[in-house]
Amino acid sequence: MDHELILDVRDVSYRYPGAGAGADALAGVSLAARAGAVHAVLGPNGSGKTTLLRVALGVLAPATGGSRILGRPAAAWSRRELARVVGVVTQREENLFPQRVRETVLLGRYARLSLWGAERPEDRAAVTRALERCDVLSLADRWIWTLSGGEYQRVRLARALAQEPRLLVLDEPTASLDVRHEMELFQLVRALADRDGLAVVLITHHVNLAARFADRVLLLSGGQPAGEGPPGDVLSRETVERVFAWPVSIAPFEGRPQVIPLRKDHT
Amino acid sequence: MKWLGLGLVVVAAFLGAVVLGPVHVPLAGLAASDIVRTLRLPRALLAFLVGGSLALSGAGLQALIRNPLADPFLLGLSGGAGLGAVAAIALHLASPWALPLAAFAGALGATALVYRLGLVGGGELDPRVLILAGVAVGAFAAAVTTAIVSLSDAAELRNTFLWLWGGLSGASWDSVLVLAVYLPLPLAVLFAAARPLDLLALGEEPARHLGADVESLKRRVFVAASLLAAVCVAVSGVIGFVGLVVPHAMRTLWGHRHRPLLPAAFLGGGALLALSDTVARVAVAPRELPVGIVTALVGVPVFALLLRRWTTS
Repeated sequence: MDHELILDVRDVSYRYPGAGAGADALAGVSLAARAGAVHAVLGPNGSGKTTLLRVALGVLAPATGGSRILGRPAAAWSRRELARVVGVVTQREENLFPQRVRETVLLGRYARLSLWGAERPEDRAAVTRALERCDVLSLADRWIWTLSGGEYQRVRLARALAQEPRLLVLDEPTASLDVRHEMELFQLVRALADRDGLAVVLITHHVNLAARFADRVLLLSGGQPAGEGPPGDVLSRETVERVFAWPVSIAPFEGRPQVIPLRKDHT
Repeated sequence: MKWLGLGLVVVAAFLGAVVLGPVHVPLAGLAASDIVRTLRLPRALLAFLVGGSLALSGAGLQALIRNPLADPFLLGLSGGAGLGAVAAIALHLASPWALPLAAFAGALGATALVYRLGLVGGGELDPRVLILAGVAVGAFAAAVTTAIVSLSDAAELRNTFLWLWGGLSGASWDSVLVLAVYLPLPLAVLFAAARPLDLLALGEEPARHLGADVESLKRRVFVAASLLAAVCVAVSGVIGFVGLVVPHAMRTLWGHRHRPLLPAAFLGGGALLALSDTVARVAVAPRELPVGIVTALVGVPVFALLLRRWTTS
């Protein structure tokens, strides 16, 4: 693995229109995602994780700093070009019209199709590969609404893989999953970095799973970086307590820090 | 198989529109008949193009607004066009060429107003605000239209109401020409938007990350669908339910992917309106019903059925 730099976000700041002075959603945040590595973005609700994703991918223009994808400024990519390099599993999506699994994964090929042309055999092959990779090939002909939460997330991941991206971005992919499906998804994401050489940015508030599966973590607090580096360096007791505003104990497990929230005394 | 069936329906509707009528024209004499050449043929063509355009406009707006109940009428476009035409009649500007232009101006005014109101929430078009804006603008246009009608004299009043209710009785090769000039561009824009519209059904953020230029897509589809509806109202008055019912019916047969859906909606809408117009001409011959009444009589029960299916599934 050459660990090529895919996403390079440097020192970005962003303030939503209408927000007051000093109410920056992001201030001085940097993030680098490399091929074959998983980079977790951690932080409490409202700490700027999703805003960072939007700035990194050129949906929002930062006030200062900048984001480059494969060396080119994010704003210089068309959405179509970018979709061939970056696959995103967003936090939520709508299902306005009923769809089957294979159909929705085929939407991942949009950026690679010509305006009028039909799907080519290579598109169908990419869809099948993506379904297989996420272990949902057997669900290909099912309706989306019949899937369980875990199956649905893996189908959405398969759609992002059908884009054949270099960078995979996941925004809270395990938000409402139980332990088994959560672990399955994190292991799959880890394997996509290790075996397929994808750069992965994983946005989550799941500190412990991030600590176990990520190579590096970026901890955000109120839009500001509270630490960046290997999980063992960033997730100290002091930092975690300050960022999440709750007393914790840190216990090592398989060489990674695990955060155990403490009970506050009721006196 | 489905396409063959739809093709046969289109051909049957077209033949029916040409062959049937208060005056019997023998099949052998169709090509030589003046009635067919100057009246029935342009009228059948007009019905087909208007019906197809209304259905296509509705299908595009439904995907755009992400609301299966969207159609040109709900969005106030047809109301604006009606107001423009009625204003022209009241100002005695109702020459055959001025009337379509006035309706066209009214529809564009309503489109601009709805579009502007849709941006009230900020820089992004909010589909829910858009539909509320459409209802408000439509109600306003209807109020002004009624005021103008109630102030005009009796003869004008009758003409105006007949026009408002949707009539293809004024069909001529001139009105076919108007459509031939105005339709190709918005049709091409909508057909070209078929694939990104599939993405938009997932929501704007997912669509963007799958490669759709969402802001430009919304603008293009909104303007093209509005233009289609405006031109239709301009040549044939307010014809309801085609834009709402036909896309729904086609969805049950072709699914929700827009590449097959949009052409199917165009053909289906054309066939439905050609058929409805034949009924309008023949049912109470020698008099004739406004075709908007026929589409409402057919459309409301069909819509009720679709609504039931939609809510129970």
